[in-house]
Amino acid sequence: MDEVVIKKSNPWLTIWHRYRKNRLAMFGLILLIALILVALFAGVFLDYEQDVVHQDIIHKLQWPSAEHPFGTDKYGRDIMARVIWGARISLSVGFITVFLALFIGAIIGAVAGFYGGKVDNILMRIMDVFLAMPSTMLAIAVVSALGTDMINLLIALAIARIPQFARIVRSAILSVKGMDFVEAARSYGAKDKLIIFKHIIPNAIGPIIVQTTTNLANTILGVAGLSFIGLGIQPPTPEWGSMLSEAKEHMRYYPYLMISPGIAIILAVLAFNLIGDGLRDALDPRLKN
Amino acid sequence: MEKKKLLEIRNLHVQYKTDEAIVHAVNGVDLCVDEGETLGLVGETGAGKTTTALTIMGLLPERVGQVTEGELYLNGVDVIHAPEGQLKMMRGATASMIFQDPMTSLNPVIPVGDQILEVLELHKKDKMSHSEMEARVDQILEMVGIPAARKTEYPHQFSGGMKQRVVIAIALACEPLLLLADEPTTALDVTIQAQVLEMMRTLKKELNTAMVLITHDLGVVARICDRVGIMYAGEVVEIGTVEDIYTGEKHHPYTTGLFGAIPDLTKKTRRLNPIDGLMPDPTRLPSGCKFHDRCPHCMEICKTAPPQDITEGSHTIKCHLYDKEVQK
Amino acid sequence: MLKFVGKRLLMMIPVLLGISFVLFAIVEFTPGDPAQLILGEGATREEIEELREEMGLNDNFFVRYVRYVVDAVQGNFGTSYRTGKSVVDEVLPRFPVTLRLAFFGIAGAVIIGIPIGIISAVKQYSKLDMVCTITALTLTSIPTFWLGLMLMLLFALKLGWLPATNVENWTGYILPCVTLTAGTMAMILRMTRSTMLETIRQDYIRTARAKGASTRRIVFKHALRNALLPVITYVGMTFGIQLGGTVIIESVFSVPGMGSLMITSIRMKDSPVLMASVLLAAFCAGLVNLFVDILYSYIDPRIKSQYVKG
Repeated sequence: MDEVVIKKSNPWLTIWHRYRKNRLAMFGLILLIALILVALFAGVFLDYEQDVVHQDIIHKLQWPSAEHPFGTDKYGRDIMARVIWGARISLSVGFITVFLALFIGAIIGAVAGFYGGKVDNILMRIMDVFLAMPSTMLAIAVVSALGTDMINLLIALAIARIPQFARIVRSAILSVKGMDFVEAARSYGAKDKLIIFKHIIPNAIGPIIVQTTTNLANTILGVAGLSFIGLGIQPPTPEWGSMLSEAKEHMRYYPYLMISPGIAIILAVLAFNLIGDGLRDALDPRLKN
Repeated sequence: MEKKKLLEIRNLHVQYKTDEAIVHAVNGVDLCVDEGETLGLVGETGAGKTTTALTIMGLLPERVGQVTEGELYLNGVDVIHAPEGQLKMMRGATASMIFQDPMTSLNPVIPVGDQILEVLELHKKDKMSHSEMEARVDQILEMVGIPAARKTEYPHQFSGGMKQRVVIAIALACEPLLLLADEPTTALDVTIQAQVLEMMRTLKKELNTAMVLITHDLGVVARICDRVGIMYAGEVVEIGTVEDIYTGEKHHPYTTGLFGAIPDLTKKTRRLNPIDGLMPDPTRLPSGCKFHDRCPHCMEICKTAPPQDITEGSHTIKCHLYDKEVQK
Repeated sequence: MLKFVGKRLLMMIPVLLGISFVLFAIVEFTPGDPAQLILGEGATREEIEELREEMGLNDNFFVRYVRYVVDAVQGNFGTSYRTGKSVVDEVLPRFPVTLRLAFFGIAGAVIIGIPIGIISAVKQYSKLDMVCTITALTLTSIPTFWLGLMLMLLFALKLGWLPATNVENWTGYILPCVTLTAGTMAMILRMTRSTMLETIRQDYIRTARAKGASTRRIVFKHALRNALLPVITYVGMTFGIQLGGTVIIESVFSVPGMGSLMITSIRMKDSPVLMASVLLAAFCAGLVNLFVDILYSYIDPRIKSQYVKG
């Protein structure tokens, strides 16, 4: 296929054209946009105090009905309202964690890749140590050391993800660093900053975007998991994992309690996974044909 | 004595259908190769040379590459319509192909001897015993200039030139009637190129194999080939004997451009000279003659009507310049 | 080869030291006084202070860390603050439970995931491929604890076929193993499919096709070994991590394994047990990775010759 000459056009547009043709990926994107809209406008339809955390014991454990489409929990709270509010929590925790990890990881990786030598060696060995520890374990240890609140949870989850981004950014930089066009830019006297922004970042952005989406999926799973075992977001905050944790004891006779928060997690994670896969194929179409 | 036609291609059209566009890679190629003959195929990257070769082997990329029109007979077999089982029997035995990059053409986790042995196992199982096949592996390795003792080594232990010798050994192990060599020396060092080519020429003669040699190198063509086809935008624009092309008087303007001047065996024109402009976009081919917007002799008719093949003896040119109807 | 193994084992030392240091530091920040913990709520200030002195807790952080490392090297990991038993006695009985869980979970994932991944890649764009891809993607998106609870709900609570929590006999392992398999299998399937797709586009596969080899032969003789290399790495890594305890699954099914031990020791500030179990987990992960690398060298001759040289 090396005989095929590809038309030159805006690369982002080409990627978008390829992405758009992937029906699964588009489904993921629509799903994500829907979730983000739900999260953004949750506050318009729902009052946190009144609808989300207010207990109404008289109406506890009601099976789904017209009034409560997803039923009510053991404190009589409307599960639908809580699941909707949960989108806010999960998405914001996910985005903040991943971007925090991306930011710190990118700096570490960039420094290691750009300066090389001893700096590279030391930074990467430290990253190896963090990578050698299972991420759930690490997060649990950090949360238990710092205490269970939202900020600490963010830090704990982010720490476990820093090494991955550091590695990607580093290897992207190393692979680009040796390339002719960077040498050329150097030779005509381009400044380091210019080289980084004009040449290295555009070339490293593909794998970073893919890794970011995959990490968003994993982080949402991670938050739910930690909250489920009681080390993440604490009740009464309506996080999906902690809702499931609360529901667990009643699941035998009220299994509907388990369904809607579970489906919500799956949809959110699936959205990011679909987008990640779609982006990977769109950025690197070799495997398509 | 009439030589038997080994390969006959008539009006072959091949397309690649990708998500973005339809690539018209081959657009009406006519070729034939006699037994034992060597045909050189010359042209720029993207002219459809490799696609033509892959079509002969029945190895177009699945789903994407499609023959849309034309006929192709190899040793009497209708390759385009033959079932996969028949093609499998043909590949490696009737026709073999050598690919451009020897660095990636060999399986990294299998010893080279086993990779040669495999082609024998696939085609000679009924005729040869295992020890005969082993002996044949040794013999063919020695023929391509590699000590038989090295057959247990892995590809990464060989240099580029040696790897290409192994690839050639695989291709020739079953003594095929036709060898398709797709720029077999492009990826090699200049000094190695000459050795490998010389070896291929000797082996070809010994085994009386016909060969289609795809190359950029006009010097190689002059040394090795009996006939030469010039390809442009998926068409053979000129084809003839080496003498027709190198010493003939009439040429397709593209050929003239390729040689930079009237081609001359005495002048050492070894490399292609650049021609103004670029190959047309294979997803949007121009109307009429596909070369017209680069052609110094472009006429009105060239922009609308595709030229016919004009044949004089062994020499065929696809150009309105030599069409007597047009010239009237 | 022996030299290589030795070198790799030596290289694990700095990683283990690093991990133990990070953990030691984290424990340092964790609120709670071990002496208080051991003596209970009723202890007087003098008693606590006495015990702190006796345990060496008043020493400088680095002194304590070095002392821990020196003791650990001699096989002394201290005693549990929670139970007063030796840490080794706390940890060792837990390990086989987790080992069984991880082994059967991964084995199931490999046995199902790799063949389906191969079929999916060879039949790219077929209906089957589509179904496999979507199923695998959905499975990776399901939280393991939720899947575990759903399976428990169905097979243990509703149908009553399997025990919900008991791992006294093998039936108790079925649900946790299946849960573990589901997610890992999906990952392995996706990975096998994509490496296979990449491999069958390599030039040497085209060479093999040009020899007249059949699709079956190409897949099994030419593509498989090359395609499985990254998958093996992934399997090794996952196995290594899961040996450290599958925290969430163990918590769902109340499995008395390494994961639940770690959670308990974190909650009870039982740092000696926590340190020992994480170190054991990291050590096992390192061993598994080493094993994978050796396996690698038998599959890929390029790597083997590197070792022989190095």
